Amino acid sequence: MNTNQAAQTVSEKFEGSTVLEFRGEHTVTVALTDFRLVMEYCKNELGFDMLLDASSVDNSGDDPRFALVYELATLDDSVHLRVKTHIAECEEVPTVSDLWATSDWHEREIWDMMGIKFSGHPDLRRILMWEGYTYHPLRKEFPLAGKPSEMPDVAFTGEAPLEGGPFVTSAGAGSRVKAEPRAK
Amino acid sequence: MTTSKASLNVSGDASEDLNAAAVVRSELAHAAYDSKIEGNVIITRVDAAINWMRKNSLWPMPMGLACCAIELMATASSRFDISRFGSEVMRFSPRQSDVMIVAGTVTYKMALAVKRVWDQMPEPKWCIAMGACASSGGMYRSYAVLQGIDQLLPVDVYISGCPPRPEALIEGLMKLQEKIDGEESTVDLKSESLVS
Repeated sequence: MNTNQAAQTVSEKFEGSTVLEFRGEHTVTVALTDFRLVMEYCKNELGFDMLLDASSVDNSGDDPRFALVYELATLDDSVHLRVKTHIAECEEVPTVSDLWATSDWHEREIWDMMGIKFSGHPDLRRILMWEGYTYHPLRKEFPLAGKPSEMPDVAFTGEAPLEGGPFVTSAGAGSRVKAEPRAK
Repeated sequence: MTTSKASLNVSGDASEDLNAAAVVRSELAHAAYDSKIEGNVIITRVDAAINWMRKNSLWPMPMGLACCAIELMATASSRFDISRFGSEVMRFSPRQSDVMIVAGTVTYKMALAVKRVWDQMPEPKWCIAMGACASSGGMYRSYAVLQGIDQLLPVDVYISGCPPRPEALIEGLMKLQEKIDGEESTVDLKSESLVS
């Protein structure tokens, strides 16, 4: 089985899923209702023994708002498959931490940074920020400078001075001088 | 000194007086030239003596939090050798430390731990903010990073650099030594004892 075959197998088995091929990488986008079944199928039938990474994207303004991205691989590293699903703000995602133990912490990070909840997760605590911190910092509406907060004897946060920033580089601006980070 | 052994005979005759005076002279002369203490007596002010002792035995509390800690380690090891300035005794216990070297990015999650370690250090104590992050947050204008350790504790010396080279840290340490040299240590000690 190669990557292409794996992607085709998944898309044929689960109705409504789409395959995108880009530079030899295959992405299967599945419906949230199928997500858990797809992951079980990938692990048990297609032999994806390893979860390389799990991440999330905030497409603020779109509906549904968030996207989850799981990178699957076989242990011999011969086949890679990316599984995507879209979820709305109020929805929960079934956990896959019982299939791949590594997704336990990945899902905790997604919960901490993006505020996406995982149903059935054994220990859904924050992993980077502390319990009691009220924000999810990687959401688009959260300012880069941060927001003031206070947890007595645990931690506090403040607002960072950005001095007109955030400073953004201009890719493809022609010269190094023009591409330098500037406030936009 | 052995002058107390020689006592003047005030009631005797002249020759006895002369003899006694000669004895006193010889003993005084012997006492004045004591090879055992020659060169070991220095006259100075208490302030200067205390400051001299303090500044040449600054034991650091290495608060290594990021890449600056690598330069801190380099400063401690043989090529740069911070022990030339009396600061080789890196103690990972705040109770035995004089100067806290905050080397690296202080995140909000770590900030109160740094403050707690600082509070555990006995007076007199000093603080060096090593590098851009510890001094001002550096390039991390971020929700997660404290924008300078001086928001939590008093900093004596700021060192620029990202990270600073070991020479810069040594320069900072020498600046701190200069600062300690100008302190009014006895006045501080008296006011401390009055307070407590």
